[in-house]
Amino acid sequence: MANDVLTVLGLDIGSRTVDAVWLRSGAGSGETADGRPLLKGSPAGAVDGGAVIDSAVLDSGFDPQEAAARLVARGAQDIVVATGYGRRAAAERFGAAVITEIKAYALGAGQLCPEARAVLDMGGQDTKAIALASDGGVDDFEMNDRCAAGTGRFLEVMAAALGLDIDTLGRAALRADGAAQVSSMCTVFAESEVVGLLHRGESRERVALGLHEAIARRTVAMLKRVGARGPLLFAGGVARNPAMRRLVEEGYDGSVLVVAEPQLVGAHGAALHGLTGGRGRARGGRA
Amino acid sequence: MTDTTVDYHDMWRELGLDLPAHDMLLTAIPQLYQAAYLTQEGRPEGMAYFDFVMSEIHGLRIKELVDHKAAGGTVIGTFCLYVPEEIIRALGGQCVGLCAGAEWAYDEAERLLPRNTCALIKSATGFKLGKVCPYAESADLVVGETTCDGKKKAYELLGELAPVYVMELPQMKRPDDKALWRAEIDRLVAKLEEVSGRTLDADALKTATREVNDKRRALQRLNATRAARPAPISGKDALLAVQVAFYDDVPRFTGMVNRIADELEQRVSGGAGVAPADAPRVLVTGTPMAIPYWKTHDIIEKAGAVVVGEELCTGSRYYEKLVDESPDTVDGMLDAIAEKYLDINCACFTPNAGRVDDVLRLARDLDVDGIVHASLQFCGPYQIEATLVERAAKEAGYPVLRIDTDYSAEDVAQLGTRVEAFLEMLQ
Repeated sequence: MANDVLTVLGLDIGSRTVDAVWLRSGAGSGETADGRPLLKGSPAGAVDGGAVIDSAVLDSGFDPQEAAARLVARGAQDIVVATGYGRRAAAERFGAAVITEIKAYALGAGQLCPEARAVLDMGGQDTKAIALASDGGVDDFEMNDRCAAGTGRFLEVMAAALGLDIDTLGRAALRADGAAQVSSMCTVFAESEVVGLLHRGESRERVALGLHEAIARRTVAMLKRVGARGPLLFAGGVARNPAMRRLVEEGYDGSVLVVAEPQLVGAHGAALHGLTGGRGRARGGRA
Repeated sequence: MTDTTVDYHDMWRELGLDLPAHDMLLTAIPQLYQAAYLTQEGRPEGMAYFDFVMSEIHGLRIKELVDHKAAGGTVIGTFCLYVPEEIIRALGGQCVGLCAGAEWAYDEAERLLPRNTCALIKSATGFKLGKVCPYAESADLVVGETTCDGKKKAYELLGELAPVYVMELPQMKRPDDKALWRAEIDRLVAKLEEVSGRTLDADALKTATREVNDKRRALQRLNATRAARPAPISGKDALLAVQVAFYDDVPRFTGMVNRIADELEQRVSGGAGVAPADAPRVLVTGTPMAIPYWKTHDIIEKAGAVVVGEELCTGSRYYEKLVDESPDTVDGMLDAIAEKYLDINCACFTPNAGRVDDVLRLARDLDVDGIVHASLQFCGPYQIEATLVERAAKEAGYPVLRIDTDYSAEDVAQLGTRVEAFLEMLQ
């Protein structure tokens, strides 16, 4: 295959969205399909290891595998590499190779943001803190075990309790003159606490900021536990939230970088795995 | 091998089990066993014995215990390695581990215990309250120990339901602590003499000591073969052997394990294994894993690694150390027993540097690529000691994954992702 052009579909099948990146071997462009650089401020062409020829984000809906099937049907890829919660089902259904989200984010970070020494992925139902080794591999990682506290889903529920849209929640928090104290991180209890705070006359903005601060504290603590140091790539859908970005920047001892489409980093990493010889190698998977 | 049509319901009724609930349990365990064990490829032929034991764990084995009692013997239930099986056997007793390892009758258990009690204690209490453990129901006495605060207080509540005797296990290993423990051994002898109506004599204790050592030696042989690459037996199967050691007839078990060890030694000399030679090799350390808890091993091995050692109470802590067989007097033998048992390195001791040494030695001898530290949630001693184990292991160059879990299945997907990512790191 060495001299052939290879097209790989990387799929990140998560609880809230299914993300897809198609990479083609050859000179890299580091751009999204519509020509924007994937990493803010990085010139086109700076990224090696394959050109992004297309990308997509679909809602997982009630049947994430169906969403994945639509993406598989759409592209002309030679191979599929899946990551995320749906990776094993995708291995069975599409013959995909599988890697974990941890590895996918580390690989994606290595290409999209080579200076990164750590990765924070805040996705739909879990948060991962990854410290990278000097060779770009995973040095240590941590992820939340069994509850959705401090994840994208948590923010969605809180936005609903505040009568806000998930896309406006972060901006509302940034408008606050101060933070209301939110002590519970259980999605169910925090929702009750939010309602109670509103009844006591706290503004939505102050409550929103309090929620963001509470999550950011936990997240920064998680980064410390894995020994994250140096530039941090903040990825996953929650990285689009401006308040969370600011609070992670304030709490983390190092620079925080965000790429243009942070939710695609995992899919990008999965595709890279396929381009760099991951074909048919599904060690670590149950496929 | 067996007449599977034997109906044990009369026996279970006489033991006082809750039959409908027990029937449900006996439906659930074979399903778990099937999914974890019978889907494995290349198992040693000798494991057929353990398949049989598992199929009869509440049947034929209980029948043997009932018959043993009818012939004048006793059945003594335990929850912990520190209770000397030699003394129980020498006084005509059969030593059995009591049921835990699954979430059973938690609704009942949580009427007595706080929700944040470790799964081992909650499960054992649930099995007793739910009347589904035929071992507990056959026991003439349950011997507890003061290994942790949770167990200590739970024994007070368990004592309302069954005859319970608690040994005081010191939590340091200074000369005074050793003297206390030696006196506790004498007190246990007195208690068991009272329950059994027998007097401890040197010949019986000598025989029992040799038999229990033989059991440990057989397990040592089996586990030594796991140092080979490829490993000749899965971690799950090796774990099961130690789990069953807590229940089974001692000489029969020893014979069967030695037969499996013969088979494994042949496999090793022929270069045969259950996993590819390049499969990541993992040492598991942490809290005990009672039947039917196989979750940690199952996740690790289904992710493509092979577990080659367990620094667990259901692992090396159970079989690594032997009782000195040279003394001939009862007192001398009890000294040797006291010394051996206090030498087990449980996280309830402070300091407990011996456990860190054990982990590093096993990691080196078994040529492991990584270490999984698996604690039950709410087990303070092991969860906190994990920091020391992890630090020492990392300094020695072994990556460590820390898992805090329980007997539920709710975290299987998340743990699977963490374990797979850990194995990716080892490549």
